[in-house]
Amino acid sequence: MSTRDLFTLRNTHFRIGVGITAAILIVTAIAGFIVLPFAQPWVQFANVWDAICSAAGVTQRAPDVTAPQQAKRLSEVVLTSNTLSRPSQEAIGRGATLAQRCAICHGPTGVSRADSPNLAGQYAAVIYKQLHDFRSGARSNAVMSPFAVNLTDQEIADLSNYYAYLPRLPAYHPTPQLPKPNIVIYGAPMRGIAPCGACHGSLDNKTGSPWLEGQSEAYMKAQLQAFATSERRNDISQQMRNIARAMTAQEIEAAAAYYASQPPDVVKAVD
Amino acid sequence: MLVNRKLILAHFWLAFAVFGVALTLGAWQMFIRSPIGTWLSNPELYYRSLTAHGTVMGYVFPTLVAMGFGYAISEAALQQRLVGVRWAWAGFWLIVAGSIMAVIPIALGRASVLYTFYPPLIGNVFYYLGVVLVVVGSWIWVALMSVNLRVWRKANPGAPVPLAMFANVAGSYLWAWTAVGAALELLLQIIPVAAGLKATIDAGLARVFFSWTLHAIVYFWLMPTYIAYYTIVPRAIGGRIYSDSMARISFILFLVVAMPIGMHHTFADPQVGAGFKFIHSAFTALVALPTLLTVFTICASVEIAARLRGGRGMFGWISALPWDNPMMLALAFSFVMLGFGGAGGLINMSYQLDASIHNTQWITGHFHLIFGGAIVIMYFAIAYDLWPHLTGRELIDVRLIRTQLWLWFVGMIVTTFPWHWVGILGMPRRMAYFDFGDPAIAPQALSVILSAIGGFILLASGIMFIVILARGMRAPQIDAGPYRFALAVHQPKTVPVALNTHALWVALMIGLTLTNYGYPILNLALSSGTSVPAVYVGAQ
Repeated sequence: MSTRDLFTLRNTHFRIGVGITAAILIVTAIAGFIVLPFAQPWVQFANVWDAICSAAGVTQRAPDVTAPQQAKRLSEVVLTSNTLSRPSQEAIGRGATLAQRCAICHGPTGVSRADSPNLAGQYAAVIYKQLHDFRSGARSNAVMSPFAVNLTDQEIADLSNYYAYLPRLPAYHPTPQLPKPNIVIYGAPMRGIAPCGACHGSLDNKTGSPWLEGQSEAYMKAQLQAFATSERRNDISQQMRNIARAMTAQEIEAAAAYYASQPPDVVKAVD
Repeated sequence: MLVNRKLILAHFWLAFAVFGVALTLGAWQMFIRSPIGTWLSNPELYYRSLTAHGTVMGYVFPTLVAMGFGYAISEAALQQRLVGVRWAWAGFWLIVAGSIMAVIPIALGRASVLYTFYPPLIGNVFYYLGVVLVVVGSWIWVALMSVNLRVWRKANPGAPVPLAMFANVAGSYLWAWTAVGAALELLLQIIPVAAGLKATIDAGLARVFFSWTLHAIVYFWLMPTYIAYYTIVPRAIGGRIYSDSMARISFILFLVVAMPIGMHHTFADPQVGAGFKFIHSAFTALVALPTLLTVFTICASVEIAARLRGGRGMFGWISALPWDNPMMLALAFSFVMLGFGGAGGLINMSYQLDASIHNTQWITGHFHLIFGGAIVIMYFAIAYDLWPHLTGRELIDVRLIRTQLWLWFVGMIVTTFPWHWVGILGMPRRMAYFDFGDPAIAPQALSVILSAIGGFILLASGIMFIVILARGMRAPQIDAGPYRFALAVHQPKTVPVALNTHALWVALMIGLTLTNYGYPILNLALSSGTSVPAVYVGAQ
């Protein structure tokens, strides 16, 4: 027999090989697409075709359900690692002019004396998101909200680029550098708390998470407590609220004190 | 007749050199996340090492072994000089270039995405291009194996293809087709994003593409091992292959059922329909068939050797086996590890049981036991068996070889058994560290320490292996004679065309891929709104 005769029904091996394979495929398909879907009493199918489509993973439009009304506004900012990644010199210049009005709290060099966040060298995406959230009302603060409410998209982007451009300077409240507490370096795996350092610096930095080294201890503590009580709720998918709720008071103290004691120049250089 | 010894040796040496580096990284990883190591304070370093370990052990090392062994089989089994030697060298250098290209971004921390890629995580584009070059280099080997067989067929029309070459070509076809899944994922999805042409990626579709590669690649790794079971072990211990046809059927079954089963890796993925998961699960169960056929045939072949050596009785023959022969030892160890690993695999492939161990350390334990254990120990055996023929020098220290095999076996059991255990207890995989000070996981500390000790035993064994081969390059010269493969009890005079060619089985392999992957891939590819923003490694 030559290779030409291989793919003919006269060839026993062809008949058996293809026959058995097809039989197995058909039997498993019937089981997987018809028998097993109907074996689930908790799922209702309109007909056999409906069951087959479901088992095949056909994308189905969810019935039109209106999203539940939120009592408070949620953050609508979308961040990627490309957000504001290539600022122009003009944007930074415009941001510098706009930043004059921020200096009273955040300091003329972007380093605060007033327990407000230090903005010099903060990631642009972080400032961008917070300003948007203050403007939309997803985050509110008696002092910040009025400043943010009239900013345009362009102004927000320019301010973010300007502050990100400023060099990171030592903070005004230097304390001896503290060793890394467990919550920063290990988190608390059994309570579902990732290490602070995995997103906020000391281990790694993630898009949208501010670096915290040298920030005011009082400010960080207040924010963690605000997250824990859901007073602040502009974190996406509750990621910070879930963490802050599970943290103990001591852990909040330790994390805030540790980050406040770190010089900002230890922050990993970006780009 | 081994003519192109330099070519084969180059493949083996590069394979074992990168294996040595990746093994060292592996042992370090076991140590650093165990309670006996001090926490690094930088998980990125761990994932960098893990990416290098996986990329080398998954793509570079086994591919080079399969290629080197494949060239040796082609020359020795077909008794003809390798056709396309220049192409073979080109393939080799492509793999060298690809490996270097991939390793640099990994070492710089720009590609800590693990060898399974995990989009939407995106690393440096050169990492992926390096992997592509490695695969392209190996495809040259696939083509050469096919061409060499064709040349031989022309010279020997109608003659039965020697079993070793038949299996070798089956393995190469399996690799050619299974690599297509990851190649599609890389070329259509990941590389455009890594190169900055796109900023979003359909991670669900990428996972389906990768599952196309990720399971059958295991059978590609397994092929040299199975070829050694059938065509080296019986000859080395003085026996015969129990059945040539059974061997051929096992290899073609691997071709047919190794491919359409990869979705058991995506049991927990919502983007794949449950019906397809069931079909893949059922086909995965069928893979047990060629393995069980092999275990039966090889046990029977070994029994023949034992009875020829005067073994008697129902089980008495076992003691008559040449237990001081490294090949016998490697086979026995490999079978034990294959048995445990296979039993674990039955749990992984079952939709319901998988739920309890999915994404736990059980999985890591499982594939180390199968690949690092059952498969790699036979790579050692292949190297030991081929070495005198490649170097023209004898491997004198048989005792050292036996010790090395023993250490690898013991090390692998000590590493993987506790690993499985902590997986059952729920310890997740791909974690850079664990806080064993926490009372909830403190009881697992002992198992993890044992596992790390196993890692160091493996490292010691790996170093011994390389030392033995290196010393073999300087041993006294001998005439090793022609390289021979085992003969069957009944050497085939004629073989039915279906068992002498691959076309029918390759057609079934491709057909089943279309039936089992076609719809899920099309469904995801044509759905809109399924892409997510890429997360670039190292980006803020």
